[in-house]
Amino acid sequence: MARSDVQLMLDVKAGDEQSFALLLHRYRSPLVNFLYRMVRNREQAEDLAQEVFIRVYRAREDYVPSAKFTTWLFRIATNLALNSVRDTRHQRMELSLDAPVTTDAEDGDERTLDVADKHPDIEQHLVEEARKKMIRHAIDKLPEKQRAAVLLHKYQELDYNEIAKIMECSESALKSLLFRAYETLRVELAPLVAGAKS
Amino acid sequence: MSCNRMESRILPYVDGRLKAAEMKEMEAHLKTCAACELRVSEFRAVSGLLDEMPQIEPSGAFDARVRARVAAEPVKQSWWSVFAPSPRVAFAASMLLLAMVWLGSRPTDTVTPVNNGGVEQEAQVMSDLPVLENLDVLSNFDALSDLPSPVSDDSNQQQQQQPDSSTDM
Repeated sequence: MARSDVQLMLDVKAGDEQSFALLLHRYRSPLVNFLYRMVRNREQAEDLAQEVFIRVYRAREDYVPSAKFTTWLFRIATNLALNSVRDTRHQRMELSLDAPVTTDAEDGDERTLDVADKHPDIEQHLVEEARKKMIRHAIDKLPEKQRAAVLLHKYQELDYNEIAKIMECSESALKSLLFRAYETLRVELAPLVAGAKS
Repeated sequence: MSCNRMESRILPYVDGRLKAAEMKEMEAHLKTCAACELRVSEFRAVSGLLDEMPQIEPSGAFDARVRARVAAEPVKQSWWSVFAPSPRVAFAASMLLLAMVWLGSRPTDTVTPVNNGGVEQEAQVMSDLPVLENLDVLSNFDALSDLPSPVSDDSNQQQQQQPDSSTDM
């Protein structure tokens, strides 16, 4: 039977380095994905994810299982992401003005669109890429806190109480934050929403 | 039930995270409110669109970089570790011990004899200390040399009787 996150962390506290490797394996992908969707830069997302794990490791001796491990982990990640977004906001705006037209940035390659692509159905591929790009831009346009709440809610599948603790707000404030975010997304993605409904 | 009150429940309803009682209340409201019904279907569509975003995989070097950073972390030492034996401290302590043993085993050059006569002499000197402390004063005290010579007991008695006869007159 797999050990719980809390048990693994308590084992790390007791000096078991192997348990830390298990936690790293368990959360590397969710963390990198969350951070990537927050900062929109793969390298920076991995640097931040490393920093999250290092902070967890440094805090091992003082660890007390007073809350869920994921609450603690994603609170560190969210704070780091929000700080990073605020710090690099200026830089990102300058970059976006000079950025080349790209296809899907989600794969991390940031490929420049190539019309002579050997894709079997280039037209359908382009439609799909445009659709993904629209969704991605709609997420990017959300205010940082709303974006973090949506990402934690949608992709990490954390419950409202846990996300509220991560965001350091009340559960009702979180629900209100998420409602506003979904309202914005509904408007931004209106053409796709209409298509999805029909 | 007002739509404003329902707003915060629309997303939990779409997620299926409402409690049973709230779910019933919501469904009853949706049957009578077209606006909220439309909102529910739109939020459901948004949620479906968000599902389309692909996942990325951390790079191959990610784990190795985290492990390297963990390995580079300084090891925290507790306060008690000050007393933990270290090669340098152990060497210094053993050298000090050896030096003390060597010094202690060396024969001494001068040995003070112990005898009882010396102790008695010392006790005598201690008893004479008040006199010795005033030796300078006593040796230079001129008034002592001006004292009259001692007189005999007979002459003292005569001198004492003379005043008595004068009072009789």
